[in-house]
Amino acid sequence: MSKLSRRTLMTRGLAATAGITGLAVIGRMAKGSGLIPPDHCGVYGAGLTLTYAAQRLLAMHTLAREFPRSMISKTPFANTSPDPGDAFKLHQAAGFADWRLAVDGMVARPASLSIPDLRSLAVRSQITEVACEEGWSYIAEWIGTPLLDVLHAVGVLPQARYVVYFSIDPNWWESIDMADAMHAQTLLTWGMNDGDLPVSFGGPLRMRVPRQLGYKSVKYITRLTATDSLKGFGKGLGSASPEDGYAWYAGI
Amino acid sequence: MIPVSSLRDHESPRHSAVVRVTHWITVVAFFALLVSGVEIFISHPRLYWGEVGNVQTRALFQLPIPSSRATVPTGYGYVLPDQNGWSRNLHFEAAWLVLFCGLAYGVAGLWSGHFREDLLPARADRTWRAFRSVIAHHLRFTRPDASEVYAYNALQRVAYLGVVFVLFPLVIWTGLAMSPAFDAFLPVAVNALGGRQSARTLHFFVSGSLVLFLVVHVAMVVLAGFRSRMRAMITGRVEAPPERI
Repeated sequence: MSKLSRRTLMTRGLAATAGITGLAVIGRMAKGSGLIPPDHCGVYGAGLTLTYAAQRLLAMHTLAREFPRSMISKTPFANTSPDPGDAFKLHQAAGFADWRLAVDGMVARPASLSIPDLRSLAVRSQITEVACEEGWSYIAEWIGTPLLDVLHAVGVLPQARYVVYFSIDPNWWESIDMADAMHAQTLLTWGMNDGDLPVSFGGPLRMRVPRQLGYKSVKYITRLTATDSLKGFGKGLGSASPEDGYAWYAGI
Repeated sequence: MIPVSSLRDHESPRHSAVVRVTHWITVVAFFALLVSGVEIFISHPRLYWGEVGNVQTRALFQLPIPSSRATVPTGYGYVLPDQNGWSRNLHFEAAWLVLFCGLAYGVAGLWSGHFREDLLPARADRTWRAFRSVIAHHLRFTRPDASEVYAYNALQRVAYLGVVFVLFPLVIWTGLAMSPAFDAFLPVAVNALGGRQSARTLHFFVSGSLVLFLVVHVAMVVLAGFRSRMRAMITGRVEAPPERI
């Protein structure tokens, strides 16, 4: 073996060691700073973690694009949803007058809020795009109460790291990190295009998370809970989506 | 003047280690991207132009294939199974691999002079006449002459430069433009393409161009001598043809 190739070998060895050490350090730092998604285990964990960490590092507080009124879709597409069940039909028959949103978990003052309660808390409207992971999309005006204002009203504790939210359909639940939960555009939506939110679009209450794909915008919300760990929910993967093979973080 | 490439013949390998390793990682990642990309696409085999598009808006066109979603009217009486979960996860993981691979290849290529020496056509070859002659050679299916064992011909160089500096950056850009969080970070990335659905349509066609390149690339490797070209890309070594002693 020539001198040169030994030197090359040593340089490469050192570079590889530095690389692996660097990755390990980044891994530890990422874990401490909350850049690891709850569904990071398994063969796709590296990709899921890179995407989540990169988008959080680049774009923690950026706003989703908002559109002029002229771009609101004339034919928005109401994706088919699973049958929300008999309890929902009773609410529907009663005009959703008794619909309540339970807020609990790591909050100082757990609450049960009606839609008028939400309306009196804060109102925000925004014209954003719903993008489905399948590829289609539409733009609508969404009117609702920012989740941020609800969390402030109930006194969310500083230890909370995620907000888990549940549909009236027990198999349909999602969660988001505090960056999205405290984001100005994350909306507990009860209105659409100047009217009530139609049932087919998630009425009476839908969580809109415009920086993530449509499947994070769960319809028929009845409860949300603030937590510091997602381990106790379902299989501990963060939401129902990873249990069906879909990514928990859907910013891509 | 002696071509640079022939000076490097016997001391250095035909393809550097960086080129070989990144080439084969890209092969694996590209295959994963293609399979998962097709799976994702069949959940909505309609393409649109502009910002929005769904089954209730006019499509640019719809591929005459069945879909994995019942909401898409395809004319077929059945719905394919939904494979989007793992397909999306695999697609983005392989995309990260291609990105890292491309960065390593790009930095190494600039550093080592690979782009300048091996990919940029030689000054004498940068004329229409020279290109016409190479194209004519290809059209006559002439087997490559011995010099091409050691260096790429001008047409090959242009094709590789196009793949490395045009198609791959475009496919990454159009792909990223479909990410709602990335668009929040850099709205111009999607707006400059004409909107989210335009980005999706462009992603489809750029991917198609890459597949077309792949088909031609493999066909040319087979025509030029599958075993020797594969050996060169795996081990870096070539057998000196007899006339070059």
